[in-house]
Amino acid sequence: EDLRVDGRGCEDYRCAEVETDVVSNTSGSARVKLGHTDILVGVKAEMGTPKLEKPDEGYLEFFVDCSANATPEFEGRGGEELGTEIANTLYRVFSSESSVDLKSLCINPREHCWVLYVDVLLLECGGNLFDAISIAVKAALFNTRIPKVRVLEDEEGSKEIELSDDPYDCIRLNVVDVPCIVTLSKIGYRHVVDATLQEEACSLASLLISVTSKGALTSMKKVGKGSLDPESIFEMMETGKRVGKSLHIALQKILDEEESLGTSRQKVGFLG
Amino acid sequence: LVGRMRRLTGCSLRLAPRYNGEVGDIVVGRITERWKVETNSRLDSVLLLSSMNLPGGELRRRSAEDELAMRDYLQEGDLISAEVQSVFSDGAVSLHTRSLKYGKLGQGVLVQVSPSLVKRQKTHFHDLPCGASVILGNNGFIWIYPTPEQKDEEAGGFTTSLEPVPLSDREVISRLRNCIVALVTQTFMLFDTSILYCYEASLPHQIKDILKPEVMEEIVLETRRRLLDLEG
Repeated sequence: EDLRVDGRGCEDYRCAEVETDVVSNTSGSARVKLGHTDILVGVKAEMGTPKLEKPDEGYLEFFVDCSANATPEFEGRGGEELGTEIANTLYRVFSSESSVDLKSLCINPREHCWVLYVDVLLLECGGNLFDAISIAVKAALFNTRIPKVRVLEDEEGSKEIELSDDPYDCIRLNVVDVPCIVTLSKIGYRHVVDATLQEEACSLASLLISVTSKGALTSMKKVGKGSLDPESIFEMMETGKRVGKSLHIALQKILDEEESLGTSRQKVGFLG
Repeated sequence: LVGRMRRLTGCSLRLAPRYNGEVGDIVVGRITERWKVETNSRLDSVLLLSSMNLPGGELRRRSAEDELAMRDYLQEGDLISAEVQSVFSDGAVSLHTRSLKYGKLGQGVLVQVSPSLVKRQKTHFHDLPCGASVILGNNGFIWIYPTPEQKDEEAGGFTTSLEPVPLSDREVISRLRNCIVALVTQTFMLFDTSILYCYEASLPHQIKDILKPEVMEEIVLETRRRLLDLEG
């Protein structure tokens, strides 16, 4: 019958707020509030050495911190397990070649490249963490500005890296193919998108799928103690793709709107 | 599932203000273990076997058989409505369900709010004209449920209907739930008239839109205006 406790349909997301550039000393940042779930993501671009097996590419590193304020379970070291699980999921989601153009992060093959350290901070847990985190990561990557560098070679052949003097001279990442995670929770015979904490408690099994803006599935993971019928998995995948595409469209619209306001944009940040 | 339900009632940040029980208060609580009840107080409330009503409203001394029967009837995770009988010196509250209007709660929706937002009234059980009923627990636990059809036969909560609730009733309940959340977010007192006016103000909007910040502001403003008109 498509009516949940808060009046939403099975495929409706809660009211979401997305704000980028909220942390000043990062290369890019974003904050996402989805209902009572509050996520902060900061991206720092630093120079590093390319991995041996991928000499002409840069790479991403994910760190997830579950703040003790998020829920009482995260007191002390309680949030570590969840943090590791989320980080591993993010690695999987971004492991696909096409999500981020890693070659653009290369400075000097085999010697220098950009490493993007993505820090995810869980400020409040209100259900549906993975979706909110993936939205925040995409927004933060969109907001990331990497300084342009030039490689200078002097007479002896040793290379020097020169950072551009102009702070506005930077490269932006193409996030068109960055996937977003859609979590579908099975409750009874139906499945819902964007479950609240109460709905998650009633759901025995969920499917996490990462979808690109074109509707392509890049990874899939099943969580929960319950089992999923292959037919319902197929249905959930179809729903996920559909919902994922509209999610990307909505997110891109917000990001473009924010961008167009430029520096005159009034930032709400943490004091609003 | 039961364990997780317990965790849920404990981890809501909105419940930071705790409930301090007073004799005569009505509360809605969740059974945690025999016979402790979670009511968002500092200490768990207690529901004694001797304070519960028997099927049919009999009054007699409880036996060991009654205790076994009670265990089947009230299980961990169940919600009950009760009245505060007495308060112990350490602040813990003793509950009773000796009247037929109290007892186990069946199908419905629970909303947890700060106890300070629940206005003290003569009665906390309200049958709203919009088609559903609410129990405004003094402890901040609000229970919204479909109005039972037979009002003269009050079973004291011994028969819980598991019939699927019709869509129209569920829509009313969801709308009420969102209105209560809106009132609480705008720090507005909860009582039967405020909830009803807020419900009526929300009718032009779709149920799921009520939780949008701009809509919440609008309907609570409307509620405030109507209540002021009422007074003036």
